[in-house]
Amino acid sequence: MAEGTTWTTYDANKMTSKEIYGKVLAELGETNDKIVGVTADLAKSTNIGNFGDKFPDRLFNVGIAEQNLFGVAAGLAKTGLIPFASTFAIFACLRGGEQVRTDIAYQNLPVKIIATHGGLSFGPAGTTHHCTEDYAIMRAIANMTVVIPADGFETAKAVRACIDVPGPFYMRVGRGFEPPLHDDENFEFVIGKAMKLHEGSDLTIITCGTPTLQALEAAKDLEAEGISVRVINMHTLKPIDRDAIMEAVVDTRRILTVEEHNIIGGLGDAVAAVIAESGKGCAFTKLGIPDEYGVIGYPEDLYARYKLDATGIQETVKELLGKEIEADEDWTDED
Amino acid sequence: MPKDISVSELKKKAKELRLNIVKTANFAGSGHLGGSLSCADVLAALYFKYLNVDPRDPDKFDRDRFILSKGHCALAYVPCLAMAGFVPMDSLEHFNHYESPYGMHPDSKKVRGCDASTGSLGHGLPMGVGMALGLRYQGNLTSKVVVLMGDGEQDEGSVWEGAMSAHHFKLKNVIAIVDRNKMMIDGRTEDVMSIEPIDKKYEAFGFEVIVCNGNDMAEVDAALAKAWANDTDKPVCIIANTEKGYGVKRFQGNVKWHYGAMNSDLFKEAVADIEAMD
Repeated sequence: MAEGTTWTTYDANKMTSKEIYGKVLAELGETNDKIVGVTADLAKSTNIGNFGDKFPDRLFNVGIAEQNLFGVAAGLAKTGLIPFASTFAIFACLRGGEQVRTDIAYQNLPVKIIATHGGLSFGPAGTTHHCTEDYAIMRAIANMTVVIPADGFETAKAVRACIDVPGPFYMRVGRGFEPPLHDDENFEFVIGKAMKLHEGSDLTIITCGTPTLQALEAAKDLEAEGISVRVINMHTLKPIDRDAIMEAVVDTRRILTVEEHNIIGGLGDAVAAVIAESGKGCAFTKLGIPDEYGVIGYPEDLYARYKLDATGIQETVKELLGKEIEADEDWTDED
Repeated sequence: MPKDISVSELKKKAKELRLNIVKTANFAGSGHLGGSLSCADVLAALYFKYLNVDPRDPDKFDRDRFILSKGHCALAYVPCLAMAGFVPMDSLEHFNHYESPYGMHPDSKKVRGCDASTGSLGHGLPMGVGMALGLRYQGNLTSKVVVLMGDGEQDEGSVWEGAMSAHHFKLKNVIAIVDRNKMMIDGRTEDVMSIEPIDKKYEAFGFEVIVCNGNDMAEVDAALAKAWANDTDKPVCIIANTEKGYGVKRFQGNVKWHYGAMNSDLFKEAVADIEAMD
């Protein structure tokens, strides 16, 4: 890579989201001396180590101690700094979860939690290292913004954008070499504003994170079969883009949510709540990981098992298209 | 620099603080009287002599930081902040009441002069380590970060995660204080979960350890003076041996008064006991 280039020229096919995170953070550190890093013996694994290589006095490694990790991050933020705290997602939301909630979120501190190895991305490591609970936990924490980028380009944009989020911020990325969703950096990424990736009129898939690319591929394949599917990338789980959801409900009357998370408490439930509160009924299915612990396997095999790949998503779309819905086409009287 | 104030003046402040603790408990309806009374001398010495804090500018960057890690003793902390001029004295009348800024555990977003929201035990020392790192990174090598913990709190693993890192990062400006009143909700610390030898534990974790009688102002003053003058590269830990409920005979050394409500007779008795102190 040539000197002086930015992340926009990184070869996203060769870099993981977390690698891009590490590089972007190191770049941001050059112009913003308020940025510091904290990790718990996972500087290398989470790639926050890139920041530490460049700014050794600004990365604090607390050892294998996640409660301390988030307590220290809160203390750093209390002195006016913007700490990026990185560990694996499961440890961020459960091992250090109370510190995240009480030390960081309750005090509304601008700590940026960049959680790697989310979902089933660390498949062979087994259930101790899977994390299919973080959306539910983090979105129930007041003051928290929750973002799940779909690829490295979005990760880079989210890392830049989160600096301006005044309070706590949680971002989940994966581990592996998930293929990029975007071809380049020429797209708008605004926290809280969903992205329409594919237009469609028969059904809408609302998704985030790794399954987003799979959903898009499913929609393209279905188009060839004459099925018109809209794909919405709900990269910001909280605050959720209610307008994008309701537009999809009104336009397509069938909604499928797809997420790499336990079927309880995540994106599907967040979308369902918006729809239920609107009073406008529609056919609806949540696709995610059943309420059970994931088996061991490579991520792609696990995604196939839980129908989070393009094939599984296509099957589920067809099932949902067959669901009956109440034939009340006129919603104008309900406003 | 610590203020020039005598031990006898500090004793008067501690006595006034104890009166305000029982009065505030009376306004609140109940409170953590035992642990609040045990740490009153340490709090008085900190706020009226040692801490560089300014009620006119509570957020100034170069202040000392104080974290009440034993957050349940907001009953002592908020009256102390009132006496130090951070919050109005008459606002204590609303302690624990609906939408009050003051409850059992202090909220840094609502209590003026409060550096950290606490209440869940074992959170203070890690936050203090973060503050000390943040100050040092930003060029402040002089401000102290004082963390007041309970002795039952020492059971929490996160205390030791914080302790390990305070030593590792050579945070010589961190002063951890253990209010060693020897009791917790379910009984005596050594019966529920023994913490001794607590001084040796902190020594082994790389702290400069000072042991004092935490209810004797001369000893508290000497301990804090030594901590403030720390010229090692180690963090400091003061084990303040205290008595739970100190100052009110009926509460002293009585595990039942970890938390409680006083009727009017007992309130009068508590006030009389404190007024009779030296």
